Amino acid sequence: MIQVKNLTKKFDDLVAVNNISFEIAKGEIFAFLGPNGAGKSTTIQILTTLLQPTSGTVILDGEDPVKSPAKVRQSFGIVFQDPSVDDELTAWENMEFHGVLYGVPKKLRRERIDEMLKFVELQDRKDNLVKEFSGGMKRRLEIARGLLHHPKVIFLDEPTLGLDPQTRNHIWGYLQHLNKTEGTTIFFTTHYMEEAERVAQRVAVIDHGKIIARGTPAELKQQAGTDSLEATFIDLTGNDIRTEEAGPMDRLRSQRRMWKK
Amino acid sequence: MDLKIVYILWLRQLKRYLRSRSRIVGSLGQPLLFLVALGFGFGPIYEKAGGENYLQFLAPGVIAMSVLFTATFAGIEVIWDRQFGFLKETLVAPVSRLDIMIGRTLGGATVAVLQGIIVLLITLILGFRPVSIALLPMALVFMTLIGIFFTALGTAIASRLENMQGFHLIMNFLIMPMFFLSGALFPLEGIPPSLALITKLDPLTYGVDGLRGTLINQSHLGISTDLIVLVVLTGLILWLGSYMFSKIQA
Repeated sequence: MIQVKNLTKKFDDLVAVNNISFEIAKGEIFAFLGPNGAGKSTTIQILTTLLQPTSGTVILDGEDPVKSPAKVRQSFGIVFQDPSVDDELTAWENMEFHGVLYGVPKKLRRERIDEMLKFVELQDRKDNLVKEFSGGMKRRLEIARGLLHHPKVIFLDEPTLGLDPQTRNHIWGYLQHLNKTEGTTIFFTTHYMEEAERVAQRVAVIDHGKIIARGTPAELKQQAGTDSLEATFIDLTGNDIRTEEAGPMDRLRSQRRMWKK
Repeated sequence: MDLKIVYILWLRQLKRYLRSRSRIVGSLGQPLLFLVALGFGFGPIYEKAGGENYLQFLAPGVIAMSVLFTATFAGIEVIWDRQFGFLKETLVAPVSRLDIMIGRTLGGATVAVLQGIIVLLITLILGFRPVSIALLPMALVFMTLIGIFFTALGTAIASRLENMQGFHLIMNFLIMPMFFLSGALFPLEGIPPSLALITKLDPLTYGVDGLRGTLINQSHLGISTDLIVLVVLTGLILWLGSYMFSKIQA
């Protein structure tokens, strides 16, 4: 379903992704793990047509995101790491907007919107503007929206960040169900290692732009001789704490601080 | 072109506008100030210099101004969408960037025309009287063209800007000069040749002149010239805006 070959992405002199290759089969649940700034989000952005690779090739569902972005966009859904809902619209309107963009027919769209909003327990808040929502509620809305159009591949970039264990379980239950019944391929990143260990069929660990380990969670643990994926992860990537460059939201926040002064 | 996509993007712009009442009211302050301070302040001098009623002359210019500002803001909103992440949602969707751009632009233009109509109503309260009711629809056409032109221009510029810091630069060195040099505040008759040349290069000149032609029957360049120039320029900027927008990387 996804083939990545010798993929490299440079930003000026920073090499974010350094000559990586991997394949993901149809219907697989694949976890892409790595410390902050390792190159996970950059890889996802290239796969989802938001960034152009510096070199190497990427194929998603038989199409190249660089050459035919329009076709590739038909086949995936994505839950971004940063918020991407419209604060000035209601929860329902955000869902409706998404459904129309993805060409979900009206009747099915309305049914699914109801179903998904119920699923993430935002049904009674559906007519509230998103700016009144808490961080967790926005996160749930993003997930509901990303799953609305039942794509062939779903990318989830730290989808469960900031959610309580109940909600996380609830959401993973749904994703696994979708994976079984519709054969949806799932590509996700997370910092919760027990989550990756529990749901991922295969895992790749990326650090400093290079893939340093891959296999099933069991294989990785065995190779490292550790009893949890978290220990394996620390063993592979070391104990250093990574810094990440400020994203647009961070810059915006610092601007806001400037204005306040 | 997929009309459903264009429609939903248009609807989004409209909803955002109608929900921000404070912005609607707030953006009426400036035109009101221009009408009161300049309209009544310069009125006597204008009449002494041989003109008629200055408020009559000024009103179409101020209406053009509010359409200009509202439209430019609507176009530049792309930057906010980028910073708050919503832009990504539209960019990964399986729809053509051209449809997104057209929907946004029509939405921005609609909002700008609505704002222009509100200002027109205010000028009526202050004593402005259009000479012909029959030409009012034509005035709406000119407002719409100004609206589309400047929303597309704003979108084209915003496609290249990463954050709001470039915004003041654009306001001070592009939008404000376009407004002040358009003849919105002064008659184009008898101005120095160099200034006359600059005004002819300013797209807003044709919008202001067209509005003046339709609202008070005083066109310097001729309504048909205004219309042709504006239609051609709007076509060009739509093409440029679509091109720039299609090259956006989130």
